[in-house]
Amino acid sequence: MVSANSLYGPVDPAVDAGYDAPPSRKGFFTDTSVCIGCKACEVACKEWNLVPEDGIDLLGTSYDNTGGLGADSWRAVHFVEQSRPIGNKGAPFAELPTGPSGTGYAAAVAAAGIDALEEASRLGTGVPGGQPVAEAAAGGGCGCSGGGGGCGSKSSAAASAAAGAGAGTKLLGMPGMHAPGALPDREGRSDVRWLMASNVCKHCTHAACLDVCPTGSLFRTEFGTVVVQEDICNGCGYCVSACPYGVIDRRESDGRAWKCTLCYDRLKADETPACAKACPTESIQFGDLDELRERAERRRQQLHDVGVTEARLYGHDPHDGVGGDGAFFLLLDEPEVYGLPPDPVVTTRDLPDMYRTMAVAAGAMVLGVLASAVGRR
Amino acid sequence: MSGANGTRPEGSAGPATQPSPTREPGGEPAGHTPTRTDPVGGQAARMWEAGMGRREKGRAGRRKRRGDVHAVVPEAEFRSYYGQPILKPPIWTHDIAYYLFTGGLAAGSSMLAVVADARGEVSVRRGLRLTSLGALGASAYFLIIDLGRPERFYNMLRVAKPTSPMSVGTWILTAYGPLAGAAAVLEAAPLLPDRGVLGLLRRCAPPAASAAGAGAAVVAPLLATYTAVLFADTAVPSWHEVHRELPFVFAGSALAASAGAALVLGRTGEVGPARRAALLGACLELTAAHRVEHGHGLLSEPYVQGRPGRYLRAARALTVAGVAGAWLGRRSRLACAASGAALMAGSLLTRMAVFEAGVHSTKDPKYVVVPQRERLAQGRPARSDTPQDIPVV
Ligand code: SF4
Ligand code: SF4
Ligand code: SF4
Repeated sequence: MVSANSLYGPVDPAVDAGYDAPPSRKGFFTDTSVCIGCKACEVACKEWNLVPEDGIDLLGTSYDNTGGLGADSWRAVHFVEQSRPIGNKGAPFAELPTGPSGTGYAAAVAAAGIDALEEASRLGTGVPGGQPVAEAAAGGGCGCSGGGGGCGSKSSAAASAAAGAGAGTKLLGMPGMHAPGALPDREGRSDVRWLMASNVCKHCTHAACLDVCPTGSLFRTEFGTVVVQEDICNGCGYCVSACPYGVIDRRESDGRAWKCTLCYDRLKADETPACAKACPTESIQFGDLDELRERAERRRQQLHDVGVTEARLYGHDPHDGVGGDGAFFLLLDEPEVYGLPPDPVVTTRDLPDMYRTMAVAAGAMVLGVLASAVGRR
Repeated sequence: MSGANGTRPEGSAGPATQPSPTREPGGEPAGHTPTRTDPVGGQAARMWEAGMGRREKGRAGRRKRRGDVHAVVPEAEFRSYYGQPILKPPIWTHDIAYYLFTGGLAAGSSMLAVVADARGEVSVRRGLRLTSLGALGASAYFLIIDLGRPERFYNMLRVAKPTSPMSVGTWILTAYGPLAGAAAVLEAAPLLPDRGVLGLLRRCAPPAASAAGAGAAVVAPLLATYTAVLFADTAVPSWHEVHRELPFVFAGSALAASAGAALVLGRTGEVGPARRAALLGACLELTAAHRVEHGHGLLSEPYVQGRPGRYLRAARALTVAGVAGAWLGRRSRLACAASGAALMAGSLLTRMAVFEAGVHSTKDPKYVVVPQRERLAQGRPARSDTPQDIPVV
């Protein structure tokens, strides 16, 4: 029920919304360090939720041609290309606070004599019983695991062979199904790193979209997630302006607001959300939020232990500006590089203050009118 | 949204991995030698050199040459995802800016009508009551057509939600509407016959209208100011940032606009209160607007530059001219009417400026990233366990 922390601070959102003894809060931990940018999550989401297609666009910035989250993209894979070509320390990347792989981390790793592939297969994805990504990438046979979904190691091994064999083949730099180091010619590795991250609605503990919705269309589920009821939404658009992450949007064709439901229908049936189910590398991990937070911290520590000091969690902290995200991330660079706000705040934190200011202004107006009532005609 | 998704003009020119020479306006960046092993990195560097992930140089340069005030704000350094906006721009159209104006006009008119009623200034009272009814109708129209599903507007009435200023506003309007409407409609009573039942109605109308008008005037200040909370309670950087000033801007603007309506519609001998209200309202509005324009660093910028900046400067000029005209041209009906029109136009422009400045601040990621980074750099992240970030009044 309503508590001192209803607008700001740590709170169990389902209990705060009035559920008696709700199930444990569900969420996502998206570990971007193992995302391969395959967009299976985007496709699975569209398929399961019957999200309409939204046109084919070549944005010309990166391999991200989805262009971000919106009414018709409830998962969106961001691609960031970072490079400082050796011998060409040009303006663009000279000032990067956390260097691309070739400068800081990779150099240190090479100096320490660490084999990146071995490390990767040893590290895995942090999921208990999960399949180490690099195992498949190195062509070690199909290691499909229970939780991880399918795997394409056969074809990727073939692709590696093709890339190595054709001396005249020109490498276009397309992101493949395997880590860059998996190419046979390790000496020829370029000094580029790709950051890939599957973005999604954060299902905030303090969800501004939900707070401001004037129809009650947006509601908090028993799983602590935030869902739009499409039969109630009248398309006022308030939620669109309120979301500090720019997630929810109005669909032009039908005038209503849409976003990720965290597959409410599947949760009700005790199923894993479609995007998490489809993710082949366990980058998208679904589960009880408490457990995910612990798992994420272990993963971050693991990466730090091997020198990936740029690994950081984003949205995991119940004391942050939105009370913690239900869907949080492990990132390899600053949040804004992925198009995420570095320090978001739920706007309703300041609502009591705003109402107080409004009352003072209304009072000033009354005084002004009273003052003008006295005097000559 | 379309801005973020817009295809580059030459976007259909094949795979993005093979940038055609036409894509590099400046040619190869000096010192860059594309190598066979580094095709992708080379492209990244070229894309960066071509200005991606930065603000458009042309725009900024042009403005600077014009000597805009924002030139004093140093160009912000920040990182972003290929320059794409982080927030969704408000999907509200200018209808909402018009509503800010009509809602404020209706509210102020109801309040000044009570004054006119008490002082027996019939022409002003009648004009203002009718103004509030007209503005109320326009408000309802603008609010409803701006919905994605206008036929579902009544869903606003299924909940009353204090955390949603729009819900609060809906109920304010629901309380205000019938009262202001009744006060205005009862102005038609003199048209009724003297005798019979209708004659009775005719005699009862003035006190009933006064009561309804007084009721409307009680709700009116809330109607005039809640819209400021409506805008401030969003993630829109330049709206949220000014949440301490916006209610005063809107309150003053509403007072000035309704005083303008009284000056246009009232007889010359009856607009004394309107003249004083115009002065007080303008002072309130201009003082608060000054702080909006100058008190918030980078987030004030959208209020100063570009079209919103021009609107605000024009609004200020019109408001000052309106007040001056109302006082100096006291004996001239024409001067009063012109001043009143100027005051209303000023109020409308203020609302347009606030609306557009906010929308602009969502379209450039710097308005999100830079203030948040500053906060982090100063060691005061938004946290619920460190009280220094929570504002106190
Ligand atoms: S505020 Fe945005 S990110 Fe948070 S739950 Fe709402 S739509 Fe999702
Ligand atoms: S657009 Fe729909 S979901 Fe969003 S605030 Fe309005 S009624 Fe609620
Ligand atoms: S949880 Fe369901 S609705 Fe949300 S992004 Fe994944 S598939 Fe789409």
